[in-house]
Amino acid sequence: MIDMTPNLVLVITIGVLFTAGVYLLLERSLSRVLIGIILLGNGANLLFLVAGGAAGRPPIVGLEPEGQMADPLPQAMVLTAIVITLGMTAFLLAMAYRSWQLHRHDEVQDDVEDRRIARRAARDEPTVLGDDSESAETLDEAAAAARDETDHGAPAPERGR
Amino acid sequence: MNDWSWIVPLPVMIPLFAAGLALALFRRPRLQPIVSVTALSLVLVASLALLVIVDDGPLVVDVGDWAAPVGIDLVADRLSALMLTISSAVTLCVLLYSLAQGRDDEEESAPISIYHPTFLVLTAGVCNAFLSGDLFNIYVGFEILLAASFVLITLGGTGERIRAGSIYVVVALLSSVLFLVAIALVYAATGTVNLAQLAIRLPEIDPGVRLLLQVLLLLAFAIKAAIFPLSAWLPDSYPTAPAPVTAVFAGLLTKVGIYAMIRTQTLLFPGGQLDDILMWLALATMVVGILGAVAQDDIKRLLSFTLVSHIGYMVFGIALSTDAGWTAAIYYVAHHITVQTALFLVVGLIERVGGSTSLTRLGGLARLAPVLAVLFFVAAMNLAGIPPLSGFLGKLGLLEAGVHEATPLSYTLVVGGVVTSLLTLYALTKAWNKAFWQPPEAEPRSTHLPLGMVGPAAALVGVGLVLTFAGGPLYAYTDRAAHALTERTPYIDAVLPDGERGTGDSADIADRGNEVEIDLGGGHG
Repeated sequence: MIDMTPNLVLVITIGVLFTAGVYLLLERSLSRVLIGIILLGNGANLLFLVAGGAAGRPPIVGLEPEGQMADPLPQAMVLTAIVITLGMTAFLLAMAYRSWQLHRHDEVQDDVEDRRIARRAARDEPTVLGDDSESAETLDEAAAAARDETDHGAPAPERGR
Repeated sequence: MNDWSWIVPLPVMIPLFAAGLALALFRRPRLQPIVSVTALSLVLVASLALLVIVDDGPLVVDVGDWAAPVGIDLVADRLSALMLTISSAVTLCVLLYSLAQGRDDEEESAPISIYHPTFLVLTAGVCNAFLSGDLFNIYVGFEILLAASFVLITLGGTGERIRAGSIYVVVALLSSVLFLVAIALVYAATGTVNLAQLAIRLPEIDPGVRLLLQVLLLLAFAIKAAIFPLSAWLPDSYPTAPAPVTAVFAGLLTKVGIYAMIRTQTLLFPGGQLDDILMWLALATMVVGILGAVAQDDIKRLLSFTLVSHIGYMVFGIALSTDAGWTAAIYYVAHHITVQTALFLVVGLIERVGGSTSLTRLGGLARLAPVLAVLFFVAAMNLAGIPPLSGFLGKLGLLEAGVHEATPLSYTLVVGGVVTSLLTLYALTKAWNKAFWQPPEAEPRSTHLPLGMVGPAAALVGVGLVLTFAGGPLYAYTDRAAHALTERTPYIDAVLPDGERGTGDSADIADRGNEVEIDLGGGHG
């Protein structure tokens, strides 16, 4: 029988990881969002470990008395989840770097098309006009030009052009 | 159970092996298509075989002969076989379409070498999610298809795709974390992640805990399926991807979420505690989604919004929690996968001919490409639910089930469904008129339509029509599927014949593993 009482230190650690993760997830910059995702993922993995009960003896049949073995199943699953998190982290890092390569920033932008519609709604125009008043600028150009407010300061200076 | 169970793992194994082979052949752009087309054709054949075989009862494979509650098991029942068949037909059509597109656009040939392996991995992930009889394996299936979809949505790494992709990736990862947390809590509460064993154990645990688990799982799946408050990511990210990628995403990825919802709602949480909330969400999804579609000028975004809106119909069917509701929901999923994918493929062709996806810029295509006009019209009418097309049959089934329920809320949903259907008709007719009939602003750049692209798109529109003509047998099939879902016992008995463990050969180890498991569960039960 495995002791299922959760370890308080681990539970608090999970709480801290989730809190910090959610906070970082709400940031503008993709790198911070990435760190948030990593923290959240680690919190979830730790939670899974706690869900498997307290640590016990190695689960090898024949070497250890059966009542004292740790439950190996959640450990196997957490291992899988860790590997998945690693792969996803690598992809996000690549994306943040590509975004910086292209725009010299790695902001997660608001929806450009939505903003365009909201602007027209504010001017009380129909969303779809017969003429092409705004379509001279494509979405891609609008997105490249747009900067959403970051937490402080001016946007990073243009360089290397 | 019998000799046929060896077919069950094939839809997962074939694409994965083919993906490896396609990756190894990255310097041979001529061999890659052969590998992937062969693989997906084999998957389609295997899925069709499963569709016929499992009508007699679910097929179960204990992977590696580890008996079920400890080992992973793959289960093919009517619901999963139907989903597999539709999705493999759709992926094959999309692959053929993208091959023709790759042949035609020389300049886009650069990322094609990574396209084939990724597309195959995506298929494997989707099939794995459909076949899995284990909550954690569903998570793995989700992650496989998500990882592949990340690569596909940022294919080429242009500025716009990175911008749209970053939102998609972050939202997808967040839903994965939620799903993982839900699985951890399920394991803590019940000591198992096997769906069949969960179905036995979940009724024994505290109702409050059970409700929490249900909410968490639904939350994770609702992000995947793009249900209203959690749907904002979809219309922003899908339209920027290449046309075939958008098409396959729109057809399959949200439906995997819907499938997971159907599976958990029927097997794990029968009784429908959250049905009223789901009904309201379904209504909001339908109405908000279609209003978004009406406001859009870009035809790809318009279709993304109709996609969100029509997810509401399926949630409506799930939330009814009756045989009739599930029957209609399953039929609607099959219909919607084909028609939504077909529409996106046709729009890809419209973009080629008209040089734009903006409805204000397009025009006069009816004269330039009458084939497209017909294809778009048929698919659009099908989506809007004009009789006698399959969209009409699905909606009729849902409305009938809603009226049969006869609560004020279900009547509200019925009205909402009709209004949504009318608004869909309005949005799509407007799009059709503008793209095909209004006078063109500028001379379109190209009138060349490769037959290899029109063919698969037309084939998918045709599959939509087949769903109409085969409506009777298909509806009977989904009815049997829904009936088995309501009964629950066929699934549980197939996985755990004696109620405790599966049919794997690992007798000694599994017995011991099982003792530990039962002890764990007993502490909570």
